[in-house]
Amino acid sequence: MSLVGAKVLRKEDPRLLSGTGTFVDDLSPPRCAFAAFVTSTEAHAEIVSIDARAALKIPGVLGVWTAADFADHPDLPGGLPDLERPALARNIVRFAGEPVAVVVADDRYLAADAVAAVDVQYRDLPVVTTIEAATADDAPVLFANHGSNVVTVVPTMDDLERQISRCDDRASLHLVNQRCAAVPIEAVACLADWGADGLTLWATFQAPHHLRNYLATWLDIPQTQCRVVAPDVGGGFGSKIVWYPEFFLAPLLSKWTRRPVKFAQTRTEAMMQMAHGRDQVHDLDIGFDRDGTIRALRVVISQNLGAYPDPTGVGLAVLTSWMAAGCYRIPDVSTSFRTVVTNTTPVAAYRGAGRPEAAYSIERMIDLVARRTGLDPAEVRRRNFIKPGAFPYETHNEPVVYDSGDFPAALDECLRLVRYDERRAEQAARADDPDAPLLGIGLSSWLEIAGFGPNGSLEGFGHLASWESAQVRIQPDGSAIVFAGSSPHGQGHETTFAQIASDELGIPFDRIQLRFGDTATVLQGVGTMGSRGVPTAGSAVKVASSRVLEKAKKVAAHLLEAAEADLEVRDNAFNVRGSPGKKVGWGEVAWASFQPLSLPPELQAGSLEERLFQESPNFSYPSGAYACVVEIDRATGAIDIVDMVLVDDCGTVINPLLAEGQVHGGVAQGIAQALFEAVVYEPDSGQPITANLLDYLVPSAPDMPGYTAGRITTLCPNNPLGAKGIGESGAVGAPAAVVNAIVDALAPFGVEHVDMPVTPEKVWRLLHDATAPERSHR
Amino acid sequence: MTDDAPARPTSPTPARLVDVASTVNGRETRHRLDARTLLVHLIREHERLTGTHIGCDTSNCGACTVLLDGEAIKSCTVLAVQADGHEITTVEGLAGPYDGFTAVQEGFRQCHGLQCGYCTPGMVMAATGLLAVNSDPSEQEIRASLEGNICRCTGYQMIVDSVRWAAEHGSDQPNTTG
Repeated sequence: MSLVGAKVLRKEDPRLLSGTGTFVDDLSPPRCAFAAFVTSTEAHAEIVSIDARAALKIPGVLGVWTAADFADHPDLPGGLPDLERPALARNIVRFAGEPVAVVVADDRYLAADAVAAVDVQYRDLPVVTTIEAATADDAPVLFANHGSNVVTVVPTMDDLERQISRCDDRASLHLVNQRCAAVPIEAVACLADWGADGLTLWATFQAPHHLRNYLATWLDIPQTQCRVVAPDVGGGFGSKIVWYPEFFLAPLLSKWTRRPVKFAQTRTEAMMQMAHGRDQVHDLDIGFDRDGTIRALRVVISQNLGAYPDPTGVGLAVLTSWMAAGCYRIPDVSTSFRTVVTNTTPVAAYRGAGRPEAAYSIERMIDLVARRTGLDPAEVRRRNFIKPGAFPYETHNEPVVYDSGDFPAALDECLRLVRYDERRAEQAARADDPDAPLLGIGLSSWLEIAGFGPNGSLEGFGHLASWESAQVRIQPDGSAIVFAGSSPHGQGHETTFAQIASDELGIPFDRIQLRFGDTATVLQGVGTMGSRGVPTAGSAVKVASSRVLEKAKKVAAHLLEAAEADLEVRDNAFNVRGSPGKKVGWGEVAWASFQPLSLPPELQAGSLEERLFQESPNFSYPSGAYACVVEIDRATGAIDIVDMVLVDDCGTVINPLLAEGQVHGGVAQGIAQALFEAVVYEPDSGQPITANLLDYLVPSAPDMPGYTAGRITTLCPNNPLGAKGIGESGAVGAPAAVVNAIVDALAPFGVEHVDMPVTPEKVWRLLHDATAPERSHR
Repeated sequence: MTDDAPARPTSPTPARLVDVASTVNGRETRHRLDARTLLVHLIREHERLTGTHIGCDTSNCGACTVLLDGEAIKSCTVLAVQADGHEITTVEGLAGPYDGFTAVQEGFRQCHGLQCGYCTPGMVMAATGLLAVNSDPSEQEIRASLEGNICRCTGYQMIVDSVRWAAEHGSDQPNTTG
């Protein structure tokens, strides 16, 4: 029986459910000291003075360090020339919450006391928090040597004005894809222990080898002396592949104090210091004919990078422009973008990273075309879909070739599950009942790019490479260890990768153990991001396992005096086909594989081991169709999601339970962006006004609907599993479905768009600003 | 260092030590603590029970939820001295018939009610507290009672399913080990 595709319960759960998991802050070596950071109270200012005398008088405080103490070390990795971020602010602070000094004390309470006792004097500079303000003629410039707040500009060769104006009709939208915070429930934490044998850094991170590569260089030590461990990691969502200063400074603090030094961020610090996501503004123009056929699309993107360009942050708009046309056959597509620095927390990857922005915009535009043509939104989608036979499909951007998909089938399944026609009939029936809540139905036929990636793709974001590694090692008793270069933070690699390995090797699931997250034990690795776990790392596990099996068959054939071709692996043993009872157990084969006298001449002892770096010839393109049904209270504007239907196509599913969990989680973050979440700054001062979980609304259980999940499957031709990845899908597809539903409900009031987060207040204002004749229209 | 250091909050008042005697997972404990020590730090750093987590500083996330005399509370918002003379149950103190797990823990396992696992002990303790007072909660009651616990991974549906699984598989009360 194949385990791939089965609802296997997770190997991870017993430790996590019994409270015996190991997160960074759970580690407490003897003599462990605690670091805490003095952070900027100002969004843009010169540092006039830092006075630590009072802090140093507190018993138990080991020291206070500022930028000058780290002058021997470079700025944080991955910065652009003249726009680098120092590990601690040097002379100028550029966002509220930027670390300016660090304290080490005997415990976290004393460290907090010491932070409060450090006196920093600032001379305020003018502040910009928005793209508009940062690009104004008289805008204050964040980096004098760069001379402008605009970091990159990628113009279009053709703005398509001619093509758009030739169409029967045209429409435009100005969309704000607001800034969000990832909010993994475990914030940034690290523990550095630099002793005689070198440095070990435990860090809550999505890519420990990636951190090791850059940290060793930054510290100017060989990688052999720099071990990075990501133990249990409490969520990431993209926010834990960022070069936070803490990871770089803690090792030096450990070295200087000759003690292990731990840092664990408070949530308020995390809201200001962990990278944010999204924060794009789109200007969209679309040309279409009366029958709903879309002829041309122009997308102009502005990306707010925050105060320092992050290596991933500067690439987000690239991904957005790549995916701008979604799952539609649009003859002419023009994309351009610029990236801009502002006095806000840096922006980097957040679940979906550039693709939710693209999906939201094209799906909003499709609904606008439906509105203007009077066609049903489902019909406009159908008329413009890329046909199922058109793959591989070359898009407006040369690196982007869609692998496979069946967009009409996904939409049909979604419409069936949501009972679309029935819902539309109910909507019409309610229109004349002023006491009934407004009903809205929103669709989102989304498509994303995942499975990062082909050679060269992740290198562009500063990674060593784009492959992922796996190493499969058979133990003498026939159990197997799988070392994975991809280190998880909730995805369930221990389970899914063991399922894959078990199927390939014929070794029982319970006798397969995953290892990851430690640069001292795991072959090189890249990391877990970009929905690459199963397509890339999972494929590595599959191929490495199958190669081990081929060698094991040679051993078994030798032991059985049978032909390799006659062997089949069943019930943890190698059986000779057609000779019942003639078999040798995996354990015996494994044992023999370490004994030169038991081996065929072409094999050496210990050869039941395989390591490989799995490359990908192309990205994968997960897709799907989501539907959202909302009810809106006419009196209060309150929005209630009454149905959320999710049809995904992620290619091969390894574990349906875990795949559905990934979709749910992504969708919840998408709904949260649509309805609740926004990082907000006071524009003149740059003060964050959503810097804790009281003011930043992360939804809890009563805020969220139940979900109805469906599935279609088209296989990805670009990896041996046929898998496309599923980690980000929900966050890509959900926002447009929710906002389209709300705008649909408000259509009788003349509403064509409302920006996220769509709060009851916004809806209430739209309802009350609507003109009376339109209101009585329905 | 000069003598004209600024007159601003400098060194805190010297730590005032207090004795805290409580029962943690059935075991009597006694600690001499700085009076400002939070209960969650008593649990994590003095008892070394690290299953109880910290996810925020405003009492919103619930990762630190434990039972105080059987009632689910947020241990980041309670001083350790307030637990003096009281009984605390953490996730490590749960024990039940499902290979050592209670029905709540087993429900989370069966229904994939956890992903990264960081919020999970708090969720489990909040759900345990709910089932102690309502052994057969509806979906809406489950959602409402978990209002103070944030999970960023699951989207909540499978957590609700997990708690329903526990309700349907026996109302075993939390047994404390020790």
